[in-house]
Amino acid sequence: MEEEYEGGVVKKFMYVNRKAPFGTIYALEVLEMVLISAAFDQDVHVAFLDDGVYELKKGFNPSVSGMKNFSNTYRALDGYDIEKIYVEQESLDERGLTADDLVVEAEVLSRADMAALMAGMDVILTA
Amino acid sequence: MAYEFNGKSIEADEEGFLVNINDWEEGLADLIAKDEGISMTPEHWEVINFLREYYSEYQIAPAVRVLTKAIAKKMGPDKGNNKYLYELFPYGPGKQACKIAGLPKPTGCV
Amino acid sequence: MSILHTVNKSPFERSNLDSCLNHATKGDAILLIEDAVYAAMKAGTFAARMTDAAKQFKVCVLGPDLQARGVDPAGVIDGVAVVDYAGFVDLAAESNAVNAWL
Repeated sequence: MEEEYEGGVVKKFMYVNRKAPFGTIYALEVLEMVLISAAFDQDVHVAFLDDGVYELKKGFNPSVSGMKNFSNTYRALDGYDIEKIYVEQESLDERGLTADDLVVEAEVLSRADMAALMAGMDVILTA
Repeated sequence: MAYEFNGKSIEADEEGFLVNINDWEEGLADLIAKDEGISMTPEHWEVINFLREYYSEYQIAPAVRVLTKAIAKKMGPDKGNNKYLYELFPYGPGKQACKIAGLPKPTGCV
Repeated sequence: MSILHTVNKSPFERSNLDSCLNHATKGDAILLIEDAVYAAMKAGTFAARMTDAAKQFKVCVLGPDLQARGVDPAGVIDGVAVVDYAGFVDLAAESNAVNAWL
């Protein structure tokens, strides 16, 4: 489960997004936390389920309400070497969305597979 | 703090990062650079322009590591390395260059 | 390998508990705290779901949070254990990770 890496321990981290991008600051805060976590050479996983899938919806535009347009920032994850991005199929279905509606390429997992992935994590942060 | 530029007072935080990104213009960049002890060359501008493009694309200032990699990808390994970038911006291509580019402090910079 | 899930929102208002139950795996522990303690009551509409959940997971409810809300522990669903703060710590210590469904 844990392996030695350049003198440090690499843990499996999962950041679980399940809130819509607006209404609370959670979505933006989790995104910033994910970007910062990239500096620590950990095994980072980012999951989107429930209303969290709305965070990745194409065309969502926070600048309309005077906020920073952090929709574009999800596309920066790749440059930060964060490539393990997962979206839950059932959450997409419930909201009438498909993987084509999302701003990033993500692996679409069934709810059961998402649960199984979560079960193998060392640290989980859900918001 | 604030920068006095063209008869205006441009608001900045205590470290010298602009409070409002829209206040930025090229002349102001020269002034901020001077404050930092840097005289701008085309090589400096290349990095500054790259940072501004990155910001306009992703809405964040990249961490140094990410910046270095992205520059290597776009301009080649001769420029996308720590040595080259630190020679241009001795106090860090993340922090110092972002300041001159009028961007906030890099996200994921620790 | 097990996870302790904590849920702190009333299931009547938010979907946190529902989502937690959908993502917990066999052998995980679920601790209802703060307003989620209302989900543990025999009399409520969540009774059937929670009774079922208690068969797959170790479901607990935080006693002090029941007490603070004037909820009688005698009304808690069979199979759901009432724990105190020390019990909360034990649950966390027994698990590999804690997932707080905020």
